[in-house]
Amino acid sequence: MKQKLRQILDTALGDIQGAVSKEALENVRVRFLGKKGELTAILRGMGALSPEERPAMGQLANEVRAKIENALDEAASNMERRAFEARIARETIDVTMPGVRMATGRKHPLNIVLDELCDIFVGMGFSIAEGPEVELDYYNFEALNIPKNHPARDTQDTFYVNDNIVLRTQTSGMQVRTMEKQKPPIRMIAPGRVFRSDAVDANHSPVFHQIEGLVVDKGITMGDLKGTLEIFAKRLYGEDTRVRFRPHHFPFTEPSAEMDMMCFKCQGEGCRLCKGEGWIEILGCGMVHPRVLRTCGIDPDVYSGFAFGIGLERIVMRRYKLDDMRLLFENDARFLSQF
Amino acid sequence: MKLPYKWLQEYTDVRQDPKSYAARMTMTGSKVEGWESPSDEIKNVVVGRVLSVRKHPHADKLVVCDVDVGDKTLQICTGAPNIRENALVPVALDGAVLPGGHRIETTAMRGELSQGMMCSFAELGLTQNDVPYGDPDGLLFLPEGTPGQDVCPLFGLDDVIFDFEITPNRPDCLSVIGLARESAASFGTPLRLHTPAVHKASGNIADLLSVEIDAPDLCPRYSAAMVRNIKIEPSPQWMRERLRNAGVRPINNIVDITNYVMLEYGQPMHAFDYACIEQNRIIVRRSRPDEVVTTLDGQQRRVASETLLITDPVKAVGIAGVMGGENSEITENTQMVVFESATFSGPSVRVASRRIGMRTEASGRFEKGLDCENTMPALLRACELVEMLGAGEVIGGVIDAYPNPKQPRVLPFEPDKMRALIGADIPDADMVSSLESLGFTVENGRVTVPSWRDDAEGMADLAEEAARMYGYDRIEPTLLSGATTIGGLNDWQKFEHALRAACISAGYMECVTLSFLGPKAFDRLLLPQDSPLRTAVVIQNPLGEDQSLMRTTPLHSMLEVTARNYNLRTPAMKAFELSTTYTPAVRDGRADMSVLPEENRILTLMSYGGGDFYALKGAAEAILDMVAVHGLEVLPCKDNPTYHPGRCGVMTVRGRNIGVIGQIHPQCAQNYGIGTEVYMAEIDMKKLFALRDTEKAYRPLPKYPAVTRDLAVVVHEDVTVLELEKAISAAAGEHLESIALFDVYRGSQVPAGRKSVAFSLAFRCFDRTLTDAEVDKAMSDALHALEKEYQAVLRA
Repeated sequence: MKQKLRQILDTALGDIQGAVSKEALENVRVRFLGKKGELTAILRGMGALSPEERPAMGQLANEVRAKIENALDEAASNMERRAFEARIARETIDVTMPGVRMATGRKHPLNIVLDELCDIFVGMGFSIAEGPEVELDYYNFEALNIPKNHPARDTQDTFYVNDNIVLRTQTSGMQVRTMEKQKPPIRMIAPGRVFRSDAVDANHSPVFHQIEGLVVDKGITMGDLKGTLEIFAKRLYGEDTRVRFRPHHFPFTEPSAEMDMMCFKCQGEGCRLCKGEGWIEILGCGMVHPRVLRTCGIDPDVYSGFAFGIGLERIVMRRYKLDDMRLLFENDARFLSQF
Repeated sequence: MKLPYKWLQEYTDVRQDPKSYAARMTMTGSKVEGWESPSDEIKNVVVGRVLSVRKHPHADKLVVCDVDVGDKTLQICTGAPNIRENALVPVALDGAVLPGGHRIETTAMRGELSQGMMCSFAELGLTQNDVPYGDPDGLLFLPEGTPGQDVCPLFGLDDVIFDFEITPNRPDCLSVIGLARESAASFGTPLRLHTPAVHKASGNIADLLSVEIDAPDLCPRYSAAMVRNIKIEPSPQWMRERLRNAGVRPINNIVDITNYVMLEYGQPMHAFDYACIEQNRIIVRRSRPDEVVTTLDGQQRRVASETLLITDPVKAVGIAGVMGGENSEITENTQMVVFESATFSGPSVRVASRRIGMRTEASGRFEKGLDCENTMPALLRACELVEMLGAGEVIGGVIDAYPNPKQPRVLPFEPDKMRALIGADIPDADMVSSLESLGFTVENGRVTVPSWRDDAEGMADLAEEAARMYGYDRIEPTLLSGATTIGGLNDWQKFEHALRAACISAGYMECVTLSFLGPKAFDRLLLPQDSPLRTAVVIQNPLGEDQSLMRTTPLHSMLEVTARNYNLRTPAMKAFELSTTYTPAVRDGRADMSVLPEENRILTLMSYGGGDFYALKGAAEAILDMVAVHGLEVLPCKDNPTYHPGRCGVMTVRGRNIGVIGQIHPQCAQNYGIGTEVYMAEIDMKKLFALRDTEKAYRPLPKYPAVTRDLAVVVHEDVTVLELEKAISAAAGEHLESIALFDVYRGSQVPAGRKSVAFSLAFRCFDRTLTDAEVDKAMSDALHALEKEYQAVLRA
């Protein structure tokens, strides 16, 4: 009987090893362990054994049974694993094939940079003001110390609606509108669309954008102007940005200045980009003219302030290395999708 | 303003290299835009003497010359007809460079060695005006020079010319003397001014001429001098060189003198023929109605009324400050010349020059407001030059009509206020010396402003003078201190940001377009003649008709964007713009431009090439949802002319009209050259802003399952899905959670003119599971409502 059990075990293990499917394993189980199976038959035949032989044989038969069951389980799990591995292998795809592209929206580059600029000033306690694009001559010029027939009007080719209404040529009128409504301390920026009768070319557009800034309080100095705008330049262009302030003239600021940034290409040596100057003009600024303060009902003997105006397009063009301003207003999908 | 360095050096000893000079001047406020030396373009061109000329053995039109160039004799071939022995000529040596980058090399001309090139004046970049004696068709014969000597200094080409950007507040710096003063102050060198003097005047001008100013408000000062026995000829080389280097073409001695004085003193001068002045009287007066003046350029110009004219008792001889008249032009026959040195009101000159569309060097200066005190020195300088050049005999005396002599402006000297404004501790003494170097005088706490500095009106102006000479770069940058301000975006600005972000996340690309359109755009948009959108803000001086109006609708710009991309064969595009439209007030059916127009903010959505009406509507729904505007309903709209009448709807939220959505009318799309379906929505942002839910509270998640039932009914074609949904909502009870349309069917299964509409209804109770009976009841209530209101038939 012992012999027989060994034989059953060997045969069963051999069959299990040779089984290639779950069905084959099931057949093995039925053949040996099933109700009519070979091992079951042996166990049934135990009654014929002597009481002395019975425990040892019983133990042996149980061991054989356990071994067969283990082998069956192991084979089944191996088989499952192999099937899984085969499935995984089957499911392999070419990950280098292109993705199914979803249509994505984009922010216009002008607004990407504008938002960045606004963030910088908002972080310094500035609020944002908005005002009309079709503007009274008074706010665009007169209140800014630019009377009718003043030569400073030449530098800004104005679209006129009538003698009193213009398309604003600058956002500076927002200085006046703000000071009329709000008493110091004032820290505001006013981004917006401005208009000048320049024909469209690579560097000009009849519509472009400016960001006006205004700070009015007691004791504001040119040092504050420099400090604030230097921070702005460093936030926008990086900590190692170098700027300089150079005297200039605006009718509504006194003293006035332009802020230049050291040319990032030649580091001040002079190159084609900066037209040999070593510096690139970034913005105009100055201390608010006492007459403008007075016009707005603010006493220049008590308060002082500074103002600045930044051209958005030029910053955007520099940022993205655009060589033609028209790209910004043509809205070619191939262009817009790059931002 | 072009400034020749050598001319400047006559007035002050500034001898920096050009780069250092330009850098310092820029930092003290006179911005140098660039500099150049004409000699940079000319290399290795020397004086040569033609030793011999012989026929070229192989060419009839060429000769072979031996030319002495100092250290050697070269053989050079030339075809110049005026070649002659012993002539001094410019010789471009082997390796020479001429203007325009032309390189000259030793070569063989028809087999004969030619070791360079003899040059004409044009080849050196000169004009007949620079060398009146030069033969335009042949070699330039030099009046003097030593063989081997560089030719550039012979023509003043070795100068350095700086180009200054002069701001309109500083017309005094449009002159050599003005810039010399700035240079001297910037470098701390003394300014050497020259007092012009005439030595041999004879006669008395008062016997020959009188000047009356009828309009002293427009002509504060009119000074005049006279010269007789005029000899018109080219001016001397030094003057021609300076004029040319300053960018002015030399013409003849009298014209050159007026230009020279204008460049040197900044005072425009006019010279005219005394013989043309009737009755020897000059009258400065306003123009009469419809007065016509023939200007120097031969044009008949009808001047605006109130234009200031220079006249005699009979006729106008010039438009003050703009241009002289043809009738008084200096000619070869001119015997006696009147020099006019006057000041005119800036705005008046500006208006006059604008009206006749003519801007001259003189008018550009007068517009900025010139110094009345400058007319006399300039006039004397002109007379001095006449004498120096031998151009004529100066008549004794001057006429100086100056009814109200200018009083110098005196300001308080307030160093503490100046320091406080600048934010730098500049000592009083430094401020005083800066101001004094610029021509201000500081005495007893008072600053006297020089006559040429009308721009200096108060403490802030004096602070600028002190600060720019001290150096803006030395002012320590400081951080803002003082009262805290609360910065940030207001609710509207945050809403606009959120709306933009929502459009982007819906897959739309942001566009930025110009604000203009033209009247033809309204036709392309199929707007009827009486459409209110045709009433727009009109620009008086537009760039063109198609940009002559401020847009009243965003559709035109967006359709142009669509057309551009469609024509570039971009197969599909989804775009949006947050744009402004401008709606004027209307009075008597016309735009009332006595008040500013209303500026509306509009969100425009556009889609073509992918998706249909419902895709765009779905996007609009999602975008509104993202900015917390709920309850969008779109109602059919058949009468919007720009849209397809069967595919257009009015967008409403809680009964308020917020915009339009639909397919652009195919005829309109065709007008823009677009051959595909274009879908567009225009949404009023201010209305959207007002309708958004500002309070957001969490809605608990349901614990009990929903019961879903389908309902399909057959209704008449005209019944809209929205009507059915509303009826179901009203009838199906409080547990109805949602209605989802899932099918609309027309065809053989339903009668003609009818459609089957199928909804999936979800019911849910928050605190228990609904029973079948409750849901059955709700479903049958819904069906009954549809049967009753819309004659719906349950579809089996």
